[in-house]
Amino acid sequence: MLNNLTQPHEYPGKLFVVEGIDGSGKTTQLALLAKWLSASGHRVFVTEWNSSALVKAATKTGKKKNALTPMTFSLLHATDFADRLLYKIIPPLKAGMIVLADRYAFTAFARDATRGVDRQWVRELYSFAVRPDLSLYFRVPIDVSVDRLMARRVKLKFYEAGMDLGWSANPVESFRMFQGKVLDEYDELVNEFGMEVIDARGSITDQQRLVRSVITQHLNVNTVETTDDELV
Amino acid sequence: MTSSSDALSEGANGNGHAGRYYGQGIPYLPLDTYPGKLIAVEGTDGVGRSVQIQLLREWLEVKGYGVVETGWTRSELMQPTIELAKSSNTLNKLTFVLLYATDFADRLEKEIIPALKAGFVVLSDRYIFTALACAGVRGVDRQWLRNLYGFAIAPHMVFYLNIDVKTLIGRVLESRGMDYWESGMDLKHGDDIYDSFRTYQLRLLKEYASMSDEFHFRTLDARRSVDRIQDELRKQVGAFLEPTQTEKLELKT
Repeated sequence: MLNNLTQPHEYPGKLFVVEGIDGSGKTTQLALLAKWLSASGHRVFVTEWNSSALVKAATKTGKKKNALTPMTFSLLHATDFADRLLYKIIPPLKAGMIVLADRYAFTAFARDATRGVDRQWVRELYSFAVRPDLSLYFRVPIDVSVDRLMARRVKLKFYEAGMDLGWSANPVESFRMFQGKVLDEYDELVNEFGMEVIDARGSITDQQRLVRSVITQHLNVNTVETTDDELV
Repeated sequence: MTSSSDALSEGANGNGHAGRYYGQGIPYLPLDTYPGKLIAVEGTDGVGRSVQIQLLREWLEVKGYGVVETGWTRSELMQPTIELAKSSNTLNKLTFVLLYATDFADRLEKEIIPALKAGFVVLSDRYIFTALACAGVRGVDRQWLRNLYGFAIAPHMVFYLNIDVKTLIGRVLESRGMDYWESGMDLKHGDDIYDSFRTYQLRLLKEYASMSDEFHFRTLDARRSVDRIQDELRKQVGAFLEPTQTEKLELKT
């Protein structure tokens, strides 16, 4: 069995991931982190969950027709992940860059288990993944998350609200039930994979200050100064 | 995962997993008893699977069985994506495997399981073994692959159409010619499609053969005539579907 997710990687670069439910503020924090790292002279690459061109078509068709089952939902996201890992994540890590991932395999572990997919099966499915140098989990109570999304007048998406499970016909109610269970799954993952928990109720600036101090401990300076190859 | 070899000693025909999930399966789709039967016909490209399935289907329907056919990469959800990925050559080996697994999951949940529950005989033109063979040849971790397909249902019968490379080459060239993927050109054995086809198919055949015991293949010599292979298929399928009536029905026809 592959065990890449539990063994440290040997690439010169760094992989930092942020996790959390919708409305936890992780994407905002990641953007600020990227700004700061770039300004400090690091070369940074940001990659988002479910963004590869290859599976976008299928995800879109599936989502539009609401045709995805928990299994095909899980496998499609794993396909997207495999594609991004090999084309987008590993090359910059080999080049000594900092890769920031907005969601990682843990999102799949939390969501797929909530949808009723076998927990152990999903973990083994993702066993080809590279273990992050640091995983930040933005923990937020469900009420805070819902309030934030409502304030932004975000239209809750079908799958993000877990509407495919048919627990409630009301999107907000469904979101609460589904993401509430996802939060429980995340709490288990924190211990299993040693994630750093950030209290996501605090102010954006306070959280970012904490994020930067935690990241600093995982940055080796040797990634800042890289000498160029000789010109040929 | 539960290794498929755990089931080796179970059951009268040594295939205790037949009709059940190989591994953890799909927890939200428990398989209680169901009346249908799953029969897979496996074998490499151009070996003659489709002809055999057509004939077998005819025969079964004449006998009064409801038959549903399913094939590899035929799901509504994934077919366009797989075609796109194949034509643009952007597939790496892992995405290749995962796209096929997604396609299979879609068909399993939407076609195969409902048909089995409704009492159909499901004839599968290729099954997970082709995926395991293609990925195994490409160096994907075999244990990981078996875990991945732990959600698959072990067929009640797996027929493997076995052939030698020389005969296979003759057949493929006579009919439709060699194509990029069937020749394993992505493995970059060289620019020559003939050499690549030969090398790739040889490795594929070895990979299939290595799975024979593990997955209880009923191996048929595919070099024989279509009719002789069909006779053998019907004999075994008939004996399985109606063990006590086979003789009676044969007398009638």
